[in-house]
Amino acid sequence: MSESATAQKTNRVGLTKEDYGGAPSTMCKGCGHDRISEAVIQAAFHLGVESHRIVKMSGIGCSSKTPAYFLGRTFGLNATHGRMPSFATGSYVANSALMPLGVSGDGDTASIGIGQFVHLVRRNPKMVYIVENNGVYGLTKGQFSATADRESPSKRGALPSEGPIDLCSLALDLGCSFVARSFSGDKKQLVPLIEAAFSHNGLAFLDVISPCVTFNNHDESTKSYTYHKDHEVHYHDVTFVPHFEHIDVEYEPGSVQTVPLHDGSKLHLKKLDAAYDPTDFQRAAHALRETRANRQILTGLIYINKGTPTFAETLKLPATPLASLDEKTLRPSREALDKFNAAHRV
Amino acid sequence: MSKSVVNDFTLNIATPNGTGSQTSNTIIFRALYHMGIAAAAKNLFPSNIQGLPTWFSIRVSAGGWQARAEQCEILLTLNPATWNQDIANHPRGGVIVDNTDYKIPESRFEGYVRYSVPFESLALKHLRDAKLRPKLKNLIYVGVVAQLFGIEEESVQATIRAMFANKQELFDVNWEACKIGIDYAKENLKKQDPYRFARANQTAGKILIDGNDACGLGAVYGGCTAFTWYPITPASSLGEAVIEFFRKYRTEKDGTRNYAVVQAEDELAAIGMVLGAGWAGARAATSTSGPGISLMGENFGYGYYAEIPAVVFDVQRVGPSTGLPTRTQQSDLLLVAFHSHGDTSFPMLIPANAAECFEFAWRAFDVADRYQTPVVVMSDLDLGMNTWVSEPLVYPDRPFDRGKILTPEKLAQLEKWGRYKDVDGDGIPYRSIAGRTQDSRFSYFTRGSGHDENAVYSESDQVYARNLDRLARKIRGTVQVLPEPVLAGKGNAEVGIIAFGSTDHAVREALAANETAADYLRLRAYPFHDSVGEFIAGHDRVVVIEQNQQGQMAQLLRMALPEHAPKIESITYYGGLPLSAAFVARALNGTLAKV
Repeated sequence: MSESATAQKTNRVGLTKEDYGGAPSTMCKGCGHDRISEAVIQAAFHLGVESHRIVKMSGIGCSSKTPAYFLGRTFGLNATHGRMPSFATGSYVANSALMPLGVSGDGDTASIGIGQFVHLVRRNPKMVYIVENNGVYGLTKGQFSATADRESPSKRGALPSEGPIDLCSLALDLGCSFVARSFSGDKKQLVPLIEAAFSHNGLAFLDVISPCVTFNNHDESTKSYTYHKDHEVHYHDVTFVPHFEHIDVEYEPGSVQTVPLHDGSKLHLKKLDAAYDPTDFQRAAHALRETRANRQILTGLIYINKGTPTFAETLKLPATPLASLDEKTLRPSREALDKFNAAHRV
Repeated sequence: MSKSVVNDFTLNIATPNGTGSQTSNTIIFRALYHMGIAAAAKNLFPSNIQGLPTWFSIRVSAGGWQARAEQCEILLTLNPATWNQDIANHPRGGVIVDNTDYKIPESRFEGYVRYSVPFESLALKHLRDAKLRPKLKNLIYVGVVAQLFGIEEESVQATIRAMFANKQELFDVNWEACKIGIDYAKENLKKQDPYRFARANQTAGKILIDGNDACGLGAVYGGCTAFTWYPITPASSLGEAVIEFFRKYRTEKDGTRNYAVVQAEDELAAIGMVLGAGWAGARAATSTSGPGISLMGENFGYGYYAEIPAVVFDVQRVGPSTGLPTRTQQSDLLLVAFHSHGDTSFPMLIPANAAECFEFAWRAFDVADRYQTPVVVMSDLDLGMNTWVSEPLVYPDRPFDRGKILTPEKLAQLEKWGRYKDVDGDGIPYRSIAGRTQDSRFSYFTRGSGHDENAVYSESDQVYARNLDRLARKIRGTVQVLPEPVLAGKGNAEVGIIAFGSTDHAVREALAANETAADYLRLRAYPFHDSVGEFIAGHDRVVVIEQNQQGQMAQLLRMALPEHAPKIESITYYGGLPLSAAFVARALNGTLAKV
């Protein structure tokens, strides 16, 4: 299909793929982050995401700049460094009908913002949280981040003096209801995972390895294109079918696991490892540890739990967003204040 | 016995923290209220849950003054750890009620009127239930005080009933314990001192409330729906009050909550959530104290620059650092006024009493929405945590002002909307809110980095400077809606006094007793109203009285009104105790004596 033919095609809400685009990217040429932005655009277009039903949220860093480059019709908020989770939580409680699409980096999430990340996971708002993980501080020119592997040297040959944080393991341990990992260069896997994340009713965490072409893409780096290609372990291939589509996905019986999501859409996992079940917490934890010990990177949908209550459910938020409640509902009456005063006279 | 002293003395009760003495102290204070006496209660407590010393002073005065008295006439020394110091500090000629069981040497009571009560023995003898005994034994001193100094039994009973929600069983056990003290005093103690309480008419219409409860209720009346907070003394009870009032006033019959409370992981997250919720169109607030304000710094600047409404309650305590967490001060003024890096300015509303806590709390939401910026209500520990005899809370006199929120109709009127465009010349732009419409012309990208009128990233020097100037103009405009200062006096005295917040009580009391005729202007907000400059201009000498070392309000005044700077003098107290009228009078006389 040619570019122009793609541009003219409209989705179920009458938008073209271009409508999901944003400002021109200012990332370095070849940056993994641009591939992720493209995947977000493609996923949003395929799903027919309505621009006014989501809000883009990000922190500070190269990754956090990218929301300007996709979904240009959608409200966005570029928060302070490491504080995106709290801004997203605030927006969510004010209007839980708006789904935050959070984009962060490994510095933003694993270092300065790890506290807020941890507590966001505990709360489980309906939200997509993508970490564009390159193991390096790009905007400040190449310092290590907390996800840099011990054996992964910087461009100048230095090794990290501290061990890495595996965000997927951390999220899983904290009870994250959707844990996935992918690679920015693997659109075939990344796009359906983002689509599934949009449909998940809870916090969907996506750790996307995204090589930094300027500071962390040399052969010795464990976040480089070459390292990833050599060390990636797929436990399944992923196909996402939105609830409004009726596409029969052909898989051989016995090798496909279907994960129905709350909105009726389905995630088909074609198993490469027949024993892997992403609803099995123990198996997921083991798989993450095992692959890490083997210096491999596990990708795909690692864990999903559809039974975890969302933060809106836990807080018993009303159907009408808090932000839309009127004065009549919000301000107690004059009589109530009279009663209050009277009760404080004894 | 000398001539009796009626309703003009102070009772100081020393007990160990966490032993239930708070309930007993409250019963005495509230029973006095029941008798029509507007007592002033100051709880001097440690940063500790159990064991460290605490003092509760109850002051009664002809004027019903609410400020702290520096000395007490009657000391109840019921803490084995502090009696030595308590007695040493107690002025000779005063009254001491002591615990016989502590076996304090007789010689220590020379020159005092002593009432010795074997509290432990009485408790062991009369309170048979060993489980309840620790809780009830403090009621015995309530009875002793009531009998010795004339708190009417009817008032004690009514107070116990009210405090225990009219539950007969609870009333019975508490009253019985209280009666042990009454009976002991009747039979064993002969009145030798002149002090007594008598029915008065100081409380008509007034209520009993602390500032934190009043702020909490004000937030609910102000339409707050998202309250995100991190516990910290002395602001914790404000957060708890909001939760209580949300439950009471905002819960639907089916359990649906028209509110959200998030106990955040820290103050950075608390303010982040407030800004996120404010950005998405809710009225949101947080409560904290100095250390929390410090942590919120970066996001204060974000709120200022990205123009997001937020309400913050700062219940000030003693800094720097952890400081004295359970002592009071007015020392966050400079911090808040220019919080965060870069050029910023934050409006402050400064209540002086519980009624204003309520009023300024709901008004703060209007200011924040109208000016799209973080706004801080500056309370303090004395105001927030002590119970005051206050004017009743007054129902808001105006509907919500949600400010310039862009509607489809307004969008159609505006030739070209830009999120940060100054359409009306007041520096306040129109804001659109996510989720309110499907029209993508409404949407924009909010950022803390440089941006132009259309919210597009910009590093242009001119765009940046223009934006910053508009922001400064916008914040200056808040004086139009912030509470105006209050003037006491004719305005033509030689000396002008300026004070603000909870010290108002001590200042008014000192001025009422002082022969020096001075005008008194009570500030209620920052930035300063024009009348503040006029007040200073109209007086030969101006003295600013405040509770911090650096004279922070005086500094703010000198900065805002440099032409008057040389004549602004400072009186400061920063020891952490609530200000007393005696201190103000001494300091004022000292300052004015200098030429």
